[in-house]
Amino acid sequence: MKSLTGAIASALVALVVWQIVVVSTDLPRFILPGPGLVGQSVWENRDLLAEHALITISEILAGLVLGSIIGGITAICLASSSLARTLLGPIFVFSQAIPVFALAPILTLWFGYGLGSKIAMALLIIYFPVTSSFFDALMRTNRDWLDLAKIMGANPFQIMWRIRIPAALPGLASGLRLAAVYAPIGAIIGEWVGASKGLGYLMLLANGRAKTDLMFAALLVLAVFTILLRAFVDRMANKVVD
Amino acid sequence: MLSAPELNLKGSAFFGQESVFKDIHLNVAAGKWTCLLGASGVGKSTILKIFAGLIEEITLDGTVSISQGQIENSATLLAQNDMLLPWLNVQNNVILGTKLRGEKPDKSRCQMILEMVGLAGKSKFRPRMLSGGQRQRVALARTLMEDRPIVLLDEPFSALDALTRSRMQELSAKLLHNRTVLLVTHDPGEAARLGHAIKVMTPFGIEEFDPPAGQIPRPLDDIGVLTTQAQLYSLLRESP
Repeated sequence: MKSLTGAIASALVALVVWQIVVVSTDLPRFILPGPGLVGQSVWENRDLLAEHALITISEILAGLVLGSIIGGITAICLASSSLARTLLGPIFVFSQAIPVFALAPILTLWFGYGLGSKIAMALLIIYFPVTSSFFDALMRTNRDWLDLAKIMGANPFQIMWRIRIPAALPGLASGLRLAAVYAPIGAIIGEWVGASKGLGYLMLLANGRAKTDLMFAALLVLAVFTILLRAFVDRMANKVVD
Repeated sequence: MLSAPELNLKGSAFFGQESVFKDIHLNVAAGKWTCLLGASGVGKSTILKIFAGLIEEITLDGTVSISQGQIENSATLLAQNDMLLPWLNVQNNVILGTKLRGEKPDKSRCQMILEMVGLAGKSKFRPRMLSGGQRQRVALARTLMEDRPIVLLDEPFSALDALTRSRMQELSAKLLHNRTVLLVTHDPGEAARLGHAIKVMTPFGIEEFDPPAGQIPRPLDDIGVLTTQAQLYSLLRESP
């Protein structure tokens, strides 16, 4: 409750600062609209925003779920086999040297203008943090537990399933917390490169027509959703780790 | 449970190029408590690891032998660190071995063992809700659940407060009766209370020390125990 009160207070401070900047600099509204104007725009364009938000949210959620599953499986495979680490480890690291944003145009070419390319973008952007934080945790299992399991006559599969994976869940959880913040970035980049729907598309459109208040409105909707998603993932992660 | 075997270790051990111990001979009698006493760093725990089959980084130049059966599936370990899995409750920690081997756990036996260690009402508790002494009793229950003829104890009571420690010594002596027990400890009093045989390990090798008379666990105030404890202290303090 205390953190919620703190969050509301800090949002209010930000709004006041924003309003002060708008009033004191007297910038035209198409350069920097005030919070009141943006709020009004959210309300007036609520149907439009909802329609586009729904698209972006589905892209984010699909990317998050798929990226987490694929990242989780990759981490387990790498942690299970030293051959996999030798063969795939360098490729995995090299792939991270490629900026994911640079891949956006080619993803649009491969997966089209629809949801597919945006989901792929969100998936790619979260894949590395999920995989690497889960993998690191899988490789750092308490030595005493592994010794105990060995004395008890466990096979590698049972050790992975009953000891290494549960012990590594806090690592997976911190990867997922990052993923919840990164996935929306992926979806928006995907929309900027080529889309006819979604909040990213709406932002570009509004910006092009100097409807800065609508652009800010779309941004606000996206930010609120990201905060909620982060809070939800955080809660789930805490439950799993407990 | 198989009948308890006798164990023997002869030889030297190395950690990389560094010698851990040289030319020792350790005999662990069948069905008895053998206390291996020594200062930190003389290689006591390495001996235990060798018997437990956990010698990945250690090279043994010598032999480990067992009078019957195979060492791999005859031994179980109870260490200073209780090694409880924090995400499992007490009962699931106790039956961990059966789960890890993919066997069907005998829950009624688990319940019986928890009663023996005095934790009958705590089977659904998580380890973090228990005191240090209770956690170590859970670890003892897990060891009993494994029902192996050889029990390797690596300073299992050293992290407990004095009162809890003396009670755990008595409980363990009672419940691990008739098993081949190797207790590694740096506490002379513990060796005097619990050892059917007492071996003192120094950088020069392993020396046999006559234990006090009487059945184990010997009383804390037994004059023989106190005398032996004092003699062991002097012996350890003399060695470098």
